[in-house]
Amino acid sequence: MSRAPFDAIVALHGARVWRVCRALLDEPDAEDAWSDTFLAALEAYPRLAHERSIEGWLVTIAHRKAIDVLRRRARLVVGEVPERIAPQRGRDLDLARALAQLPERQREAVVLHHLGGLPFVDVALALGSSADAARRASSDGMRRLRHLMGGSDG
Amino acid sequence: MAEPIDDIAAALPAPRLDALRATLAERAAASGLLDVAYRSLETELGSLLLASTPEGLVSVTFDGDHPDATLERLAVAVSPRVLEAPARLDDAARGLARLIDGRARRFEGRLDLSLARGFGRQVIEQLQRIPYGETRSYAQVAASIGSPRAVRAVGTACRRNPLPIAIPCHRVVRSDGQLGQYVGGVEAKRRLLGLESGAARGEREAEAMPE
Repeated sequence: MSRAPFDAIVALHGARVWRVCRALLDEPDAEDAWSDTFLAALEAYPRLAHERSIEGWLVTIAHRKAIDVLRRRARLVVGEVPERIAPQRGRDLDLARALAQLPERQREAVVLHHLGGLPFVDVALALGSSADAARRASSDGMRRLRHLMGGSDG
Repeated sequence: MAEPIDDIAAALPAPRLDALRATLAERAAASGLLDVAYRSLETELGSLLLASTPEGLVSVTFDGDHPDATLERLAVAVSPRVLEAPARLDDAARGLARLIDGRARRFEGRLDLSLARGFGRQVIEQLQRIPYGETRSYAQVAASIGSPRAVRAVGTACRRNPLPIAIPCHRVVRSDGQLGQYVGGVEAKRRLLGLESGAARGEREAEAMPE
């Protein structure tokens, strides 16, 4: 069996990977995480096991890359955060802020399932939990998210 | 597969996918991970698809407006690390465009002949020796590589030339004077040969003119 041209994978899943990165990061960081994700995927692509779901694989990498960027940012001393263009105010900021307030497990489950589109079995695999636990974390996270965003939805 | 919940996904600004893909192609090339770069090129002969490896231009096909089948073939024959990267093929595109509109007589730039193997490779290397403005018959090409009876196989090798235009398989015609087949269609072959013979004749006449 042969591999599809990688370009077709990018075209098919680019938007999905973007949602995962952008939900956790601001625009410039999300753009970095997006290309970090596809660059890592491109490197490993010829050796990828054929039975693996491509989207599950990509979403898992995207999540890890986004977390890497978040950790790099967190290590920066407060006050030395690089200057950025003033972020546009909008629902995306509300979403990122609300997601940031979720417990880590819930945030990961929401991002992987609702934004990455992974079924709970794959979310569970990525989180090292059972599918039931992943489903619970996701639905608790969504409830909390709607509550957090409800006030500013206007 | 769960669909992303609309109100959550709608809260995110849409990605600038074209810009992201261009950046990815640049980073991939810089990291040595861009095994096959491709772009399309609109020409008088039709929409071309150009592909290159780090070695040079590896494939020219006449399907720039529907490239999927060729890209899948390249993914198998060369590497699945295939990305659209027009900037990496700017020089090759310019070189082909100059051949097609008669401003150049040979392709300037590196070629990667790895898609032609065995007998096919022998044939296309021979094709590179046919001078601009001239033609050879399939039988002559067969004889020139020491396989005079392999006339039909030469035809097949010409049809499978991975780099038409750059490697002039259009200069091989039938012994009876008919054009014979061409991977880009007979009309494209006629145009290329017409252009070349006109330019070559023009030059001979210019040389013959007294100063």
